[in-house]
Amino acid sequence: MTELLEHPMREEIERTTIEKVSIVISKGSLEGIYPGLIMANGARMEGIEADLFFTFFGLDAIRRDRQAKIKVATVGNPGMHMPTMVGGLPGMSALATHMMQGQMEKLDIPPVPEFIELISDSGAGLYACKASVDMFKLSEEDFVPQVDGILTVGEFYALAGGGQIIFT
Amino acid sequence: MTTTVYADTPVEVDAEGFLTDPGQWTEPIAERIAEENGIPELTDRHWLVVRFMRERYLATGSAPSIRALGKESGVPVKELYRLFPKGPAKLAARIGGIPKPRGCI
Repeated sequence: MTELLEHPMREEIERTTIEKVSIVISKGSLEGIYPGLIMANGARMEGIEADLFFTFFGLDAIRRDRQAKIKVATVGNPGMHMPTMVGGLPGMSALATHMMQGQMEKLDIPPVPEFIELISDSGAGLYACKASVDMFKLSEEDFVPQVDGILTVGEFYALAGGGQIIFT
Repeated sequence: MTTTVYADTPVEVDAEGFLTDPGQWTEPIAERIAEENGIPELTDRHWLVVRFMRERYLATGSAPSIRALGKESGVPVKELYRLFPKGPAKLAARIGGIPKPRGCI
């Protein structure tokens, strides 16, 4: 026999406000990068302290040579509702990216380079993950000037203290 | 919706304290709302942003995004956050007597 769990009393849940967030961006596709950027910018707009930590292919968002070339994944992305063979055709990713960028521009969502600048200007910290930087044989010169530094995981946790961590 | 009094003027505000009727807004009301939100004195730069938000809302029916605010108000993003540390778009809308911006950007 199953027993009904008592519903927690709403009044008993203490509501606290979020004061600080640390957002990890780990993917390098357009749909992998934007959610974290939108959440970071949105946090700052609400007066919430925000830091961004870029790891693995997420580093592309802050790489000088790749930042402006972020693409939608048309292969291996069920959300596209497109047969894998079609998604793999030459130019398909560029086409999907172009269409999505047009839609985002209408909603006043900036392209990645401008978005990174906006978020940095809003006072958020931007950091690259040291393990990924070493793995890809990169150095500080490979990143856009808005990047505040390269951090180890330990340094990231120290920085994230007292706030929420969001992994994307 | 409740009624509250700013600068001896009763105004209608929503649950978050935003004026529901932009027509009830006056400059003394703006100064009182600013004070209540941690800005003891509105400088010319604050006014530039508040007026831009308000005029854009009255003209288009929606408040500008932070991106548009930074590009078109004449006050760059860095300075916007120095002027309104608790969120430029939200705070300038509140001070300007217009509804809270609904956009995600």
